[in-house]
Amino acid sequence: MNGWIKVCALDEIAPQGSRVVASSQGDIAIFRTADDKVFGLHDKCPHKGGPLSQGIVHGETVTCPLHGFKIGLKDGEAAAPDEGCARRFEVKLDGGAVWLQLT
Amino acid sequence: MRKQKLVVVGNGMAGIRAVEELLKLAPDLYDITVFGAEPHGNYNRILLSPVLAGEMTIQDIILNPLQWYADNQIGLYTGKTVTKIDRAARKVIASDGTEEEYDRLLLATGSTPFILPIPGRDLPGVISYRDIRDTDEMIATAATHKHAVVIGGGLLGLEAANGLRLRGMDVTVVHLMPWLMERQLDRAAADMLKTSLEARGLKFLLEKQTEALIRGESGRVAALRFKDGLEIPADLVVMAAGIRPNTALAESAKIYCNRGIVVNDTMQTYDPRIYAVGECVAHRGIAYGLVAPLFEQAKVCANHLANFGIARYTGSVTSTKLKVTGIDLFSAGNFMGGEGADEIVLNDPSGGVYKKLVVKNDVLVGAVLYGDTADGAWYFQLVKDGQNIHEIRDHLMFGQNHVGDVGHAGVSKAAAMADDAQVCGCNGVCKGDIVKAIKGHGLFTLEDVRKHTKASSSCGSCTGLVEQILASTVGGAYTPSESKDKPMCGCTDHSHGVVRQTIRERHLITIPDAMHYMEWKTPSGCPSCRPALNYYLISTWPGEAKDDPQSRFINERAHANIQKDGTYSVVPRMWGGLTTPAELRVIADVAEKYEVPTVKMTGGARIDLLGIKKEDLPKVWADLGAAGMVSGHAYGKSIRTVKTCVGAEHCRFGTQRSMAMGVKLERMLFGMGAPHKVKLAVSGCPRNCAEAGIKDIGVIGVDSGYELYIAGNGGIKTEVAQFLCKVKSDEEVMEYSGAFLQLYREEGFYLERTCHYVARVGLDHVKAAVVSDPQKRKDLFERLLFALQDYEDPWQAAVAKPAVRREYEVIRIKEVAAEVTA
Repeated sequence: MNGWIKVCALDEIAPQGSRVVASSQGDIAIFRTADDKVFGLHDKCPHKGGPLSQGIVHGETVTCPLHGFKIGLKDGEAAAPDEGCARRFEVKLDGGAVWLQLT
Repeated sequence: MRKQKLVVVGNGMAGIRAVEELLKLAPDLYDITVFGAEPHGNYNRILLSPVLAGEMTIQDIILNPLQWYADNQIGLYTGKTVTKIDRAARKVIASDGTEEEYDRLLLATGSTPFILPIPGRDLPGVISYRDIRDTDEMIATAATHKHAVVIGGGLLGLEAANGLRLRGMDVTVVHLMPWLMERQLDRAAADMLKTSLEARGLKFLLEKQTEALIRGESGRVAALRFKDGLEIPADLVVMAAGIRPNTALAESAKIYCNRGIVVNDTMQTYDPRIYAVGECVAHRGIAYGLVAPLFEQAKVCANHLANFGIARYTGSVTSTKLKVTGIDLFSAGNFMGGEGADEIVLNDPSGGVYKKLVVKNDVLVGAVLYGDTADGAWYFQLVKDGQNIHEIRDHLMFGQNHVGDVGHAGVSKAAAMADDAQVCGCNGVCKGDIVKAIKGHGLFTLEDVRKHTKASSSCGSCTGLVEQILASTVGGAYTPSESKDKPMCGCTDHSHGVVRQTIRERHLITIPDAMHYMEWKTPSGCPSCRPALNYYLISTWPGEAKDDPQSRFINERAHANIQKDGTYSVVPRMWGGLTTPAELRVIADVAEKYEVPTVKMTGGARIDLLGIKKEDLPKVWADLGAAGMVSGHAYGKSIRTVKTCVGAEHCRFGTQRSMAMGVKLERMLFGMGAPHKVKLAVSGCPRNCAEAGIKDIGVIGVDSGYELYIAGNGGIKTEVAQFLCKVKSDEEVMEYSGAFLQLYREEGFYLERTCHYVARVGLDHVKAAVVSDPQKRKDLFERLLFALQDYEDPWQAAVAKPAVRREYEVIRIKEVAAEVTA
C-alpha cells in the first residue's frame, strides 16, 4: 500500500481551502483548489514558518498569511523573487476521499 | 499553426520595453526580430550622463544583455539600419540588403539630435549627444583637449557640460534663450541653477546665436563665432539643441507623419499592421522626449500586439529631474501658470531653495522645485491625479510630511542618505539594498522594488522615500505608478473605481461572475483582488451577494488574529468599553483553562487573550458566549470599537452621557463590514479624554449637543479628524454617523481608511450627502440598517454549526497501521 492513508472526504475541505493533518512528520496542510485538485505541503512557510494552511488559495498557489510569500502547491517553491521551498507530500483523490502518502 | 512574425525596428528603451511587456502577456504569439542601428544590446540612454560624469560605467547601464535576446528566442541584428519598408510585400530591408518579413511591424526609431545648419557643422570634433559612441568620443576628447562648448542649455546640454567639466575640460554653455532649461524651469529657478553650476566651474553665454564653427590647423574644429562677432576657442563642440523625431523611414514608406509618426490611442499608425512607440511618435500632436511616457506607450502597444485590445494611451503628464549630482531640481506639468492660475512661491536665494506651485481651480497643475525636491513625487502625483487640494492648500507648500506623515519626517533627501541607513522599518531594508536591487535587476517601478526588496510593502509609510531612491537611481526612467487609475492588481487592468462601478451597474453578485464579466486574467484571482471583490459584492448587494470566506484573509475567516507563531488572539466585545465583574471572571477562567500566555489591554481599551491554538478557538468562544460575550471583531475590516470617556454619568466636567452614547453606537454598528477597519470614540466634553480627534468618527459632547468629526486616523499616517457638523440629539448622532459610514462603505476602495477616502473625494462631497441633504442622509442610513439586519455573532455561529466548526479542527491519522501494511 506504500503508506497511503485516508485523510478525510473531499467535501470536508472547502474549495480554495485547506485542512491540517497532524502527523509524526509535523503538521501537513492539505489544499483543495477551485477545480478540485488536492495538494499536500509541510504546514510551514520556508520564510518564517508561517502556517500555509491558513493562507488564501488562488489558482495552484497559496499565499502565506504572515508575510505574503507565494508558494506553489505543486512543487512547494516560493515564487520569484522570493526564495525557499516547502516540503511536498503526495496526496491523491480516490472515490471522493483524500489520501496522503507518508514515506 | 505558423507563428506570426513581429519585426521591431529600433533596439532602444521604448521598442524593447514593448517587447518585454508583450512577452509578459503572450510569450509564444510571435517570432520576434529586432533591428538596432547601434552595435549594442538595449541600454539605458538616460544614464549616459552619469557615465560621462564618471559615476557609472557602460556595463552598469546595459538593460538587456545579448544573452537576454537569446534566452527569449529573439532574433537580433545589431549595427544594421533599416532603410526601407515594403508595405505591399510586408517586409523591411536593411542597408546591407538584409530582409525580414513581418505580420506586424513596430517602429521605435527614436529621435535624432538637431544639428544647427551652420558652416563647420561637419568638422571633426563636432558631435551630438545621443548614444554610447558620442559619450565615448567626449570621454576621449576630454583626455586630450582643453576647450569644450556645448550648444544648448537644456537638460541634455547641461548634463553633457557637467560631465565634461568633471572630466577636466574648460566648458562653456551657449544658449539662445534668456534663461536655462526654459522648457522646464521658470526664470527664478533657472537663475539659481545657473549660479550653482557657475560655482562648479561652468561658464554660460546666454542669448547668443552661433554663426559658424571655425576650422583649426589640425583640420578639427578650433573656435566658434557668434552673430555679434565674438569668437571663443572650441576643441569640442557638442550640439544639444534639441531632438527631432526620427521619421525618415516611416516617411519613405509613406506612413502619415506630422512632427512624428502619427498614432492613435492604441499606438497604431495609419497602416494597421504597423505600430510605433517612443520618441519617433506623435500622439495627439505631442512627441514625448522623456522616458516615462514611452514606457506607458510600450505597455499599451504590447496589449494590442498581444490581441488583448483593451488598453488605451491617452497622453502623459511629464516631470523632469536634472541628473547632476548635488543639484536638486524638479519640474512637472504647467509650471508657468498663466490666466486663471495662482502661484504659491517660496524663494530663499541665499539658502538655495526655490519652490513654485501652480494652482488652478483648486487643482495643482504644475510645480518647480529647486534645492529641495523631496516632495517632487508627491506633487507630481497630485498633478497627475488632478486631485482637489482645497483643504490642504494652506500647507501644500510645506510638503507631504507636513500634511501628516510620521516616522520618516527627518529624512528628506534620498540621494544624500548613506547606504546603510534604514529606509523600511517594517522589513529592515537599507538604502544600499534598494539601490543594489534596482541596479542588479534593472527595476523601474515601485512595485518591482517592493517585490524584490520588500521595502515599503508592509505599512507603506516609507513609500515616498523608496520612490525618491528609485528616482535618484534610475533618473528620468522612473515610472510613478501609484495613481488612482492604476489597476487593482496583476489580475486585471481595471482600477478599484471601475470595478466598483461595474459591479453596481451590471448587478454582479458572485466573484466568478465579476471576474468573467470584467475579463480577469487569472482563473481565480489573487490575495489582493479576491478580498476586494468579495467586499465590493457584499457591500453593494447586501442580502443578495453571499460572503465567500475563502476570499477573506485568515483573520476574518478564523474570526481571530493570527500571530507570528501561528496561534491566535481573542478579543471579546465590551460595548462602549464597559464590562462587569461577571464578565471579567469568565475571561479570567478562560485564560486559566486554556493556559493563555498573555493577557493585555488593546489600544481600543478591550481585553486581548493572546496565544490561543486554533483548535481551541471554538471552545474559548463557547465559554465566553455562555456569559453573553460576542466577537469584538478586533481582526476585521469592520467596526472595531467605540472608545468612550466616563462622561456625564460620573465625570464632574461631563456635559453628555458619553458611555451610553458609545454603547448605542457600538450596538447599532455591530458586524458592520467596511473597506478597512473603523474606529469610533465618544467624549463627554471638549477635554476629549476618549481621543476622538484621531478616529474615523469622533463624537464630542458639548453643552448643547454633540460635535461630529470624521476621517481621523492614529495609525501609519496620523490625521486629525475634520469637523463635519454639530447635532443636538443621540438619534442624530446615530443617523449622521451611520450615513457617513454607509457612504464610505459604498464608495471607499478596499483597504482605504476613511482619511484616505475623504482625502480622495473631498470633505465637501461628504457634507453634501450627509449634512446638507436630509433625504440622502436618511436613504444612506436606511441602507446601512438594512445591510446590518439579521447579523449574527460569528463566534456563536462557529460554535453551533458543525460544518463551520470543522474548519478549526486538526485531522488526526493513524500512521502505525499504514507502516505495518507497507
